[in-house]
Amino acid sequence: MPDELVLECHDLRRRFGDLLAVDGVGFHIAHGETYGLLGPNGAGKTTTISMIAGLLERDSGEVTIAGQPMTTKTVQAKVALGYVPQDLAIYPDLSALENLVFFARLYGMSRMQARTRAREVLEVIGLTDRAGDQTKTYSGGMKRRLNVGLGLLNSPSLLILDEPTAGVDPQSRNAILENVAGLSKAGMAVLYTTHYMEEAERLCDRVGIIDHGNLIAEGTRRELVGMVGEADSVALAATGNVAAAAEALGTMDGVQKVSLNDHGLDLVVSDAREHLPALLAEAAARGAAIKSVEVTEPDLEAVFLHLTGRALRD
Amino acid sequence: MTEQQPAGRPGARPSGSARAALLIAEKDLKARVRDRSALIFGILVPLGLAFIFNLIFAGVSGNSKAISLGVVVADHGQMGQAFTAQVLDPLRHIGIISVRAEPSVAAGRSLAAKGTVSAVIVVPAGFTAAVEAGGPASLTVIESASAPVTGEIARSIAQGYADALNRVRLSVATVASGSAGAGLSPGQLRRIGARAAAATVPVAVSDISAKTKQLDSKSFFAAGMAVFFLFFTVQFGVTSLLEERSEGTLARLLASPIRRGAVLAGKLITSFALGVFSMVVLVIGTSLLFGASWGSPLGVVVLIAAASLSAVGIMALVATFAKSAEQAGNAQAIVAVVLGLLGGTFFPVSLAPGILGKLTFIAPQAWFMRGLGDLRAGSLSVVWTPALALLGFAVVTGAVAMLRLRRLAEV
Repeated sequence: MPDELVLECHDLRRRFGDLLAVDGVGFHIAHGETYGLLGPNGAGKTTTISMIAGLLERDSGEVTIAGQPMTTKTVQAKVALGYVPQDLAIYPDLSALENLVFFARLYGMSRMQARTRAREVLEVIGLTDRAGDQTKTYSGGMKRRLNVGLGLLNSPSLLILDEPTAGVDPQSRNAILENVAGLSKAGMAVLYTTHYMEEAERLCDRVGIIDHGNLIAEGTRRELVGMVGEADSVALAATGNVAAAAEALGTMDGVQKVSLNDHGLDLVVSDAREHLPALLAEAAARGAAIKSVEVTEPDLEAVFLHLTGRALRD
Repeated sequence: MTEQQPAGRPGARPSGSARAALLIAEKDLKARVRDRSALIFGILVPLGLAFIFNLIFAGVSGNSKAISLGVVVADHGQMGQAFTAQVLDPLRHIGIISVRAEPSVAAGRSLAAKGTVSAVIVVPAGFTAAVEAGGPASLTVIESASAPVTGEIARSIAQGYADALNRVRLSVATVASGSAGAGLSPGQLRRIGARAAAATVPVAVSDISAKTKQLDSKSFFAAGMAVFFLFFTVQFGVTSLLEERSEGTLARLLASPIRRGAVLAGKLITSFALGVFSMVVLVIGTSLLFGASWGSPLGVVVLIAAASLSAVGIMALVATFAKSAEQAGNAQAIVAVVLGLLGGTFFPVSLAPGILGKLTFIAPQAWFMRGLGDLRAGSLSVVWTPALALLGFAVVTGAVAMLRLRRLAEV
C-alpha cells in the first residue's frame, strides 16, 4: 500500500557527458523491507543512490522519502535518511565518539543528546571499548562498523548502504550483515547495493538487477529465478534398485529430467523444495536406498548471466 | 550487534546553517590542532624565521644599537668643524651613531684596536687650508678589526663628505679657468671656494625611517613572517573541502540535513579562525620574545582581521581551480610565496625605486606591512586605508571563490 512506502523513486536519469549512467530507474521500498540493488561495478548503483540521497542532481525523475520530496537542496527529507557511503567516511583524527557526536549534532541534537545517542550506537556496533581512540588507529573492520554506525545515528526510516562490506574481513562482514538484518526486522527500510550475489540473497526481500544504468529485472529471489525459467538440480546418492526408481521418478510432477550415474541419480526439478518429500518417498518405495541428497537452486548469479550474458563480477 | 529499536528518531531535525557551519568549523579546528600542521606552519615556522632574520640583520639594520665611532678633529678650520656639526651630529641625533671625540690620532687608534669604537674618523690638521688651496679633501678612517661592517659604514660617511668637498673644489676651479673667473685674484677664488664649501651641507642625512614609516627590524621581520605564513595557515580550512571530497566524508555531510552553504561557510570560518589565531599568537610571541613593537593593539587587531579575510579569499579562490587537495596546496604555496615576496615580507619592497615600489601594492601583504608602519607613525585612524584595501581583496576574491566553491561542494 502506498502509505507504507518509505522510498519511492521514478524515472531517474543522469548523464555524465556522453555517458548515460542511469536511464529511467524506478522502484519503491516499504517499511521493514530490505531492497537490494545488484549489479556489476559501473552498472549505475552508486549514481542511483546518490540521486536518491540528494547528493547528486538528477536530469529527470522524482524521489520521495517518508513522504518528503528529496532534492540536493532540500533538508527535511534527509532527516529520515541514513547514508552509509562506500568509502570509509570517517575523520581519522577524531575518535569514534567524536565522529558520532559531530554527525549527531548535524541532525539537530544537543551536545548531551548527541553523546547519549553516540554511546547507544557504539554499543550497537561493538566499539564502546575503543570509543575514545582516534579512528586512524582502528582496524579496517572497526572502521567499517563505525562507518555503518554513523548511518544509524538518526534512527532513519530509510537506511542506504552502498557496498558496506567492500574489503571487509569475514567476521566483520558477518557482523554487518547481521546488523542490517536486525534493523530491517525492527522496521527500518533498507536500500542495499552490492555486487556480491550471496549478500543480496541472504539479506534482501526484493532485488533489483541493474546493468548499464537500466533496471533490467526486479522481484523476490524466487520471482527472479522463475522469471528466467531456471530449475533446481537434485543429486541423489543411492544404492539398490536405482534404475526402477529412476523410471518412476521420471513420470512425477515437477521432474523435468532424470539420469543415472555411478553414485545414483541426477534430477532436474522445478521447485525442489516443494517436490522433494514425494520424490524421496517414491524412490524408497521402488527399492532404492537413499544415502544423501544435494539440492542446488539457481541463484541470482545465474539470473544475471541469463539476463545479460555476463557474469556479475565481469 | 543488532539494534532493536524502532526506526525514526524523534530528536532528529534539520540543523540551522549557522549552527552547522560552526559545528563543521569546530570539528576542523579540533582535527588541525591534533595533526599539528597548523601549529607548525602558523606559529612555529614564522616565529623561528623571524628569530633567525633578527639574528642575521640586527647588526646592520636601522634600529640596531648605534654604531660607536671615534672622531679626531685635528683641523681647526671651518671645514673640519663643519664635518662634526653637519655630518656626525645629525647621524648621532637620529641614533645611528654614537660619537666619541678623541684628542689625538694615537688615542683614537688605541680605542679602535681595543674594539671600544668600531672606527675612528680623523680630520687631519690643515684639512681646511688644503681644500681652500685647491687640493683634494682627504679624511682618514681607522677601522677596528672586530667590526668590518661598521668600519665600512664609517668609511662611507667620511668618503661622502670628502666627495662633496671635492665637487665644490672642482666647480670653483672650473669657474676660475673659464670666462666667469677672469679677473679674479687667487685670494678671491679661495674665499669663493670657502664660502661654497661652508654653504653646502656636504652629506644629506635624513631620518628615512621616520619619513617612510618603516618598521624597525624586529617588528618588520615579525610582521613579515607572520603575514607571509598567514597565507599558508589559512589554506588548511579551504583545502580540507577537497580532502573531504576525496575521502568520502563530504558525501556524508551532504546527506545530513544541512545546507551546502553551511559546509562552505564552515570551511571559511575554519580558515579565518586559524589565520587570526596564528597571527595573534605571533604578535604576542614576538613582542615578548624579541621585543617587537606592533603598535596600537586595536589597530593591529583591525589589520589582522582584514589581512586574514583577504588571505582566506585569495587562497579559497586559488583552491577552486584545483582538482585535488594536493594540487590546491601546491598552487596556494606558489601564490603565497610570490605575493609574499612582492608584498615585502622579506625586504621592504615599497622603498624600491620605480615600478616595483608601486607594484608591491597588488599584494595584500604590502598593505598589511604599510598599515603597521602607518600605525607606528600615526594615530589609529591611519589603519583604515590599508584595512579597506585588504577588505577589498577579501570581497573581490571571496565573492568569486564562493561562486566557484559550490562546484567543489559536490560529490
